[in-house]
Amino acid sequence: MTAPSTTSGAPPRINKSIVRVASGQGFWGDWLEAPRRQVDGGDVDYLMLDYLAEVTMSILQKQKERDPNMGYARDFVGAIESVLPAVAKRGVRVIANAGGVNPPACAAAIRQVAHKHGVSDAIRIGVVTGDDLLPRLDELIASGHPLANMETGDALSAVRDRVLSANAYIGSTPIVEALGKGANIVITGRSTDTALTMAPLRYEFQWAADDWDRLAAGIIAGHIIECGAQCSGGNCLYDWQNIPDLANVGYPIVEGSPDGSFVIYKHPNTGGRISVPSVSEQLVYEMGDPHSYITPDVIADFTSIHLEQAGENRVRVFGIKGRPPTDSLKVSIAYRAGFKAVGTLVYSWPDALPKAELADRVLRERLDRLGLRFEHILTEFVGVSATHGPLAGEAHDPPEVQLRIGVRGPDKAAVERFTRELAPLVLNGPPSVTGFAGGRPKVEEIVAYWPALIDKRVVQTTVEVLT
Amino acid sequence: MKVRLLDIAHARSGDKGDTANVGVIALKPEWYSVLERYLTLDRVTHHFHGVITGPIERYELPNLRALNFLLHGALDGGGTLSLKTDAQGKVFSTAMLRLVLDVPDDEAKAAGLPGVTVWPSYQRSQRE
Repeated sequence: MTAPSTTSGAPPRINKSIVRVASGQGFWGDWLEAPRRQVDGGDVDYLMLDYLAEVTMSILQKQKERDPNMGYARDFVGAIESVLPAVAKRGVRVIANAGGVNPPACAAAIRQVAHKHGVSDAIRIGVVTGDDLLPRLDELIASGHPLANMETGDALSAVRDRVLSANAYIGSTPIVEALGKGANIVITGRSTDTALTMAPLRYEFQWAADDWDRLAAGIIAGHIIECGAQCSGGNCLYDWQNIPDLANVGYPIVEGSPDGSFVIYKHPNTGGRISVPSVSEQLVYEMGDPHSYITPDVIADFTSIHLEQAGENRVRVFGIKGRPPTDSLKVSIAYRAGFKAVGTLVYSWPDALPKAELADRVLRERLDRLGLRFEHILTEFVGVSATHGPLAGEAHDPPEVQLRIGVRGPDKAAVERFTRELAPLVLNGPPSVTGFAGGRPKVEEIVAYWPALIDKRVVQTTVEVLT
Repeated sequence: MKVRLLDIAHARSGDKGDTANVGVIALKPEWYSVLERYLTLDRVTHHFHGVITGPIERYELPNLRALNFLLHGALDGGGTLSLKTDAQGKVFSTAMLRLVLDVPDDEAKAAGLPGVTVWPSYQRSQRE
């Protein structure tokens, strides 16, 4: 093992043998209690909050179009409010990709909160920008960056006029820079989820930018805790009946060491369970080729990960290998892709399934006679085959079946008309039908995801620390 | 001997576009070799025939006693385009666990595998 190199220009820091990074949010919409519980339940150094999923950026972009002061994860403001004493008085630092498509506006909102609570002097907000490629899109395409869809190979020009947002996934470097400049709340836009955890480990242990094994270890630590309680007993299939006290579930914490090994644990007196099986389940979640987990900082090899139980609710992770990253960054592009609506009706015993099947046929015939054309109509029978299809086998006269029909297409009027055809079935379709209390299905505009790659060199991030 | 995957493995699934991934993890470390040998690409492809529209990829992670499968064309377009209840492939994991393996008797006994003598009623190829 080589000794960690020193980054010049950063202020002196405590030479720590252990750094604790706590996960307080696995997605926008996760448990509001979690951030406060993570800073109050025991000592932690960093609180990591992950708010962004693939489609979140486009939702935020729509909000920003309506109001230029919006476009960030508003839950973050409440989260900061709930942990403010820990940040202002106990030195816990927060790293979050809550900035969405408007990190400066997010930072302004956080400054207001700090001011309101009289702790402005104790808060230094680091703002990372530069991931937003939307204003540069035409310039980039014109200068030879086709931003082709990674799955289909199509050039972005095919949907250019419908693009809502375009953000490069950025890595740990700007976050490390913000920490070096003394920020105790770091707000980013489209950082990778894993960089939010790796950056503080890299910063505190002064890992070099080419220390591939340790950077990979930090990324894998990030992958394990980026979905919050999903590694500490939540959504855990293994022995799920005996996982204790999920009502009081403890969110995971990384206890990192300078050599890159780390322990996943949770605060005492919390529920859930951290075990080799619970961590293994999270490791395989959303996994692609395990040899190559590509990030802007490093390529991590999941086949090098070793796990061992190191006490109750403690799993040690070690042996991780990494290698240099590619010359590209992934770009998350969102574009308008038509409209959809999904409606449901419930049919009861006896013969619930044949009744629901007849209703489906009747509805489709009516749509057909109306001349409505859709890209796609999907019928599911919830309670019979919605999730496992033919693998579920025969249904044995179930007590009820939910008929669930969805349509999508470019024609909004056709989708709207579909939503009017469901309710009449209650009176003019097969019998024993109920469950229409929710009213007409909602027509939604589809914002679809367009993954692409771009040359790293054209994406420049900027770090500003507000005092 | 017929061995239900449910009895020897646990699993978690997720999505990436129109692809669902299913990670299958041996319940006991010594059962990983059974997964490695009998949970083949062919076997899984047969299992999901008619359920997904694309090919399947298979990866081995002996360090985690796990296999990872990528099921392409599994999510009706995936993400926001999908009209499916399970648009993000969250429960493909349990669909995988419906699979039943054929393991030679001597090998199954040596590994202490919990076998089933009656073919599970939910297995589609043996519908009543």
